Amino acid sequence: MVKVAIVDYGMGNIGSVYNAVNHLGAKPIVATAPSKLNADKVIIPGVGAFGDGIKNLAPFIPKIREALASDIPLLGICLGSQMLFEGSDESPRTKGLSVMKGKITKIPTRLKLPHIGWNSLEIKRKACPLFRGIRDGYVYFVHSYHALPKEDMVAATTRYGCTVTASVWKRNIFGTQFHPEKSGAVGLRMLKNFLEL
Amino acid sequence: MLCRRIIPCLDCDLAVPHGRVVKGIEFKRIRYAGVPWQLAKKYYEDGADEIVFLDITASHERRGTMTDVIERASKNVFVPLAVGGGIRTIQDARKVFNAGADKVAVNTAAIKNPALVDGLARHFGSQACVVAIDAKRRYISSPGKARGKIVVKTPEGPCWYECSIYGGREFTGVDAIRWALEVEGRGAGEILLTSMDKDGTVEGYDIPLTKAVSERLSIPVIASGGCGNPWHMYEVFKKTQASAALAASIFHYETHSIKKVKNYLAKKGIKVRL
Repeated sequence: MVKVAIVDYGMGNIGSVYNAVNHLGAKPIVATAPSKLNADKVIIPGVGAFGDGIKNLAPFIPKIREALASDIPLLGICLGSQMLFEGSDESPRTKGLSVMKGKITKIPTRLKLPHIGWNSLEIKRKACPLFRGIRDGYVYFVHSYHALPKEDMVAATTRYGCTVTASVWKRNIFGTQFHPEKSGAVGLRMLKNFLEL
Repeated sequence: MLCRRIIPCLDCDLAVPHGRVVKGIEFKRIRYAGVPWQLAKKYYEDGADEIVFLDITASHERRGTMTDVIERASKNVFVPLAVGGGIRTIQDARKVFNAGADKVAVNTAAIKNPALVDGLARHFGSQACVVAIDAKRRYISSPGKARGKIVVKTPEGPCWYECSIYGGREFTGVDAIRWALEVEGRGAGEILLTSMDKDGTVEGYDIPLTKAVSERLSIPVIASGGCGNPWHMYEVFKKTQASAALAASIFHYETHSIKKVKNYLAKKGIKVRL
């Protein structure tokens, strides 16, 4: 059985990610300590501010780097995805994990923020294994910031008065700004794809 | 662009094991509709964009929240879950979040202690903090008769809207539109706006109320109360800036499935998730 470590660093609800992994037939492990990160896959969930996130994630970071170096697939969701980058305008003095080049910035839209609700996904890189079997569809977003990657790693976007980065992908590292665990059948399919990597 | 959301609401009576979903007529007469977590799963599979659980007995009889129901539901439902009824403190909210809820809705406790809204937004984020408002029309003979109130024109005459608490059993004198503006300022992420006049009547949403609130606020407004058929949802989306339409009875009694309602709305040009 595929063992999936869900990093529990005290930022937001990990219950729904746990339930989704469980529902898909894999074994979720709630990683409340860095020692519990030994798994086949790692998911970093999270809702909240960038600075608090990195502060709470700090004890886990060496283990996360180790997992990445040994080609373990990693999925960051929402804040978990943002923290993969070098930094964020939300907390300018805090350094991110920097495994993705670029920074997190406020969505330059004239529409209401946070961007909450179901929006359509435009898949930019069809080769991204996360989107296997998915052509398009709607996914659930809750955020005010998004990634401005320096490299060509945007895997999917959405429109919200401007183009918003919805997903990033680099080798074994995946990030979704939306919540696949709250995005119905489409989201579950993405998680299934991730678990099957 | 964002889709308009279709949200089934489960009014839960937790006095029996596993709870039961009930539907009242104008907050009074009660009928029985099913087991909460089973209905939630069914609605999820049928295309619900979000599911609201309201513990209708909590505020009144102080039964606490419905963590058990949420735990069961969240194992099978992979869209956002919102929970309301009897949430009075940050600790109450934390319990339902830990059980698997994504949002909490507060009404009575927020009116009695508005700082609760600030606290919820600070602890869990605005996206997790919904303020539910039960609004009742108070007709007036002339606009000057309602000092300090926001007067709205309705086909039945001008009125202001009064907030009710304890599930419609008590009135507060608080202007519902002003209250909505205040809680937006305090960090509420959404308003669940129920018309007490329309609730259970299946005559359609209170359009003047929904319009008045959704035009004044920048946070999403969920229209609630009165939906009797898919056209009512079309009407509220067409005539107001409501972000979501909530309904109970039309889904509970299988008069209309969520899938059919969404197909209908899509055909009429309303953007929904199919």
